[in-house]
Amino acid sequence: MSHPLAATSQTTQVQEFVLDNGLKVLLLEDHKSPAVTFQVWYRVGSRNEKDGKSGLSHFLEHMLFKGTPKLKPEEYSRIIAKNGGRSNAFTTSDVTVYFATMSRDKIGIEIELEADRMVNALLGETYFEPEKKVIQEERRLRTEDNPVSALGEITGAVAYMVHPYRRPVIGWMDDIQNLTRQDLVDYYKLYYAPNNAFIVMTGDFSTQEMLPKIKAAFGNLPRGAEPPKVRAEEPPQQGERRVTLKKEAELPFVLMYYHTPNLKSPDSYALDVLSVVLAGGRSSRLYHDLVYQKRLARSVDADYNGLAIDPSVFSVTAQLMPGKEPAEIEREMDRLLEQVKTELISERELQKAKNQIESAFIYAQDSIFGQAMKIGYYEAVGGWRLMDGYLDGIRKVSREDIQRVAKAYLDRDRRTVGILLPGKENT
Amino acid sequence: MKNFFMALFNMLSICTLVVPATASTKPQRSVLDNGIILLTSEQRALPMVSIELLIDAGSRHDLPNQEGLANLTARLLTYGTRQRTALQISDTLDFVGARLSAACGEDLASVSMTVLKKDLGTGLELLAEVLTAANFPQEEIDRQKQSIIASIRAREESPGDIAQRRFAEALYPQSPYGRPVEGNEASVKALEQKTLKAFYDRYYRPNRTIVSIVGDISHQEIARALNEALHSWQKGDPATAPVAPSKIGSSETIRVHKDLTQANIVLGHNGVGRENPDYYAIQVMNYILGGGGFSSRTLDSIRNERGLAYSVYSYFGAEKGHGTFELVMQTKNETALEAIRIANAEIRRMREELVTEEELKDAKDYLIGSFPLRLDTNRKVANFWAQVEYFQLGLDYPDRYDDFIQKVSRADVRRVAQKYLNPEHLITVIVANQKKIGDQ
Repeated sequence: MSHPLAATSQTTQVQEFVLDNGLKVLLLEDHKSPAVTFQVWYRVGSRNEKDGKSGLSHFLEHMLFKGTPKLKPEEYSRIIAKNGGRSNAFTTSDVTVYFATMSRDKIGIEIELEADRMVNALLGETYFEPEKKVIQEERRLRTEDNPVSALGEITGAVAYMVHPYRRPVIGWMDDIQNLTRQDLVDYYKLYYAPNNAFIVMTGDFSTQEMLPKIKAAFGNLPRGAEPPKVRAEEPPQQGERRVTLKKEAELPFVLMYYHTPNLKSPDSYALDVLSVVLAGGRSSRLYHDLVYQKRLARSVDADYNGLAIDPSVFSVTAQLMPGKEPAEIEREMDRLLEQVKTELISERELQKAKNQIESAFIYAQDSIFGQAMKIGYYEAVGGWRLMDGYLDGIRKVSREDIQRVAKAYLDRDRRTVGILLPGKENT
Repeated sequence: MKNFFMALFNMLSICTLVVPATASTKPQRSVLDNGIILLTSEQRALPMVSIELLIDAGSRHDLPNQEGLANLTARLLTYGTRQRTALQISDTLDFVGARLSAACGEDLASVSMTVLKKDLGTGLELLAEVLTAANFPQEEIDRQKQSIIASIRAREESPGDIAQRRFAEALYPQSPYGRPVEGNEASVKALEQKTLKAFYDRYYRPNRTIVSIVGDISHQEIARALNEALHSWQKGDPATAPVAPSKIGSSETIRVHKDLTQANIVLGHNGVGRENPDYYAIQVMNYILGGGGFSSRTLDSIRNERGLAYSVYSYFGAEKGHGTFELVMQTKNETALEAIRIANAEIRRMREELVTEEELKDAKDYLIGSFPLRLDTNRKVANFWAQVEYFQLGLDYPDRYDDFIQKVSRADVRRVAQKYLNPEHLITVIVANQKKIGDQ
């Protein structure tokens, strides 16, 4: 087939600069809409946390909005908003990211504010306890009262025994309760420094104009000590693990986590294509069979998470139709997963999956924020240049590759199955 | 900090820089032979096309005992046409990586498509089939009914959804606006093929349809292609204005018991229609009360000062001829009543005191300054122009918007708070573990 889309891959237009203090700056000019996204990525997330201190990265993220010597608490958000910007932050297992999207003329404000809170956050005592309560409310909202999300948390905790991916990003409720302000101060000193961060900026700006602004704001911040490396390795799983969650809910949910390598493995392309063959669109295998034909599931998904610093999981999920049993759908899911191991998929199916990935790749470029996110994740995991080879890697995937990775990774002995069993409260 | 004031000082030059970029997205508008209103905005940067259709075929047209009819009709659009089976449709779409979906609201049904430029022909062909030749096979009807009934069950898992639904029921009793768009299990089960076909035949008509297209194509090209693809689509009854349901009832508290750690709370009442001249003053007022993301009064008093909630916000949702005001938050069961008291106090304060000069200025600066961010993707631009057309705001709306906001005064803010916030008539919905809440 021809590849008329290759020319539209914009990844090669990323420009990289490294300041003397170790701060990496990744810039992608894109002038199709009148806005700029500026993001600071810290190479710290729940992956870096210790037992008993889960939720520390995320707690710190909240406290970075509580002011510096130059800036009152919550003033950051107010300044960005009154300059027409939208700002927020998020924490994952691997990274903590702060960002604002604004017009080109205002983005300089964001640059200075981010430089300020990279090293000057006060983490004020007065705001510590109220913010702890806010975070506990966030946990109730996201996890405690959300059955599917609670299932994901507990299944992750069983799929990993050694690696910190076993802990939820937001932290266990008790750990959040027991965190101290000193924990935050120590953590901030350890991980927030220019050499443990990088900047991603995309949108309607000129590099000539912005690079000097970034250098002026961040260039004089002192390099920090090298933060400790995370060395935990998850030992190979030997035998299936199963976990059930009984909780007030309406429909059962089945979640399977299969251990897989991340995108640094050459198998990652085939795993991506496999996830689309299984659940990309209504004509995909799982959807067509389980949702459409057999009406066992209300929804299904297959997702390969290669954008993780350490080996991650391939997940296969199904929310059941009313009156259906988890055991029944599990059998059917297994049957479909076995099928891709025993029989080659058709040429057309392979091409369809590749076309879906290529078009999604183009659609994603519609959003400057989305582009910045992609650059950031790649950089955090293995370097942004890995993006360049992505479509080529996808195009090279063969039917035999799909079968091979399915055999290698969709192995029942290396999976964890989580099942949500709806129940009513015990009174 | 000095730099910030300097940046503010630059405000004027910023406006002149931003406007041309926004104006470049100004669409071309035409009315096609069969009455379709077409808006297009040419964006050549990416080889893709985004299409958004709004059709006057929402659930407000559902007849009593046929709740869910409009929604089921919209769901079935992509599940069988005279030319293709459901599987042929999805396989064709998936093979070119195109996305086509249909959804239904109270006033409007919508159909969205995203497709690569090189596959636009295939995309338009499918789109035309869906709009003119959907054939509602019985097997697909049964399948979608089951799926909708499962959704109706599944939404009981989401306490926020339950609170929203109970709020709408209380605000609009005996009205399509008070019922879920999906209908209820009994009404969905009872829907028949001939009813669906009749609904489709009556409401899916070109002169009830707005098409907004953004992407790698010119107005002339797409107009020609649409005229060709949709030439068989005949005009029907013209679109009608929604009949505004209005109710100013007495204050009411609705409690729903679930085994939850958090109370999901909605406070609210009637709002205003999009055409109300006070709409912009209301947006400024609401920004200060609870619309302002990380900077609003309720966020300060409920989240920042007391740590009672992670999320708290308010909004005036404005549709044609009607609207709602809602304040939404979640807090642990034990602090539900405290959070409700504070929210009520903030609503009353909006009515009693003038906002400060600084609050007013911050609100205006955000609403004006962030306007271009509403147009920063092709999909957003397509949706935006479809809405502008539907609400008849005029293609010069982006040019006039700043002025609408700029002229709002502190007195206006208080006036609209007094007129459109009614603490005496609030409906309060609390979905929570009621045993842990107490009575006060």
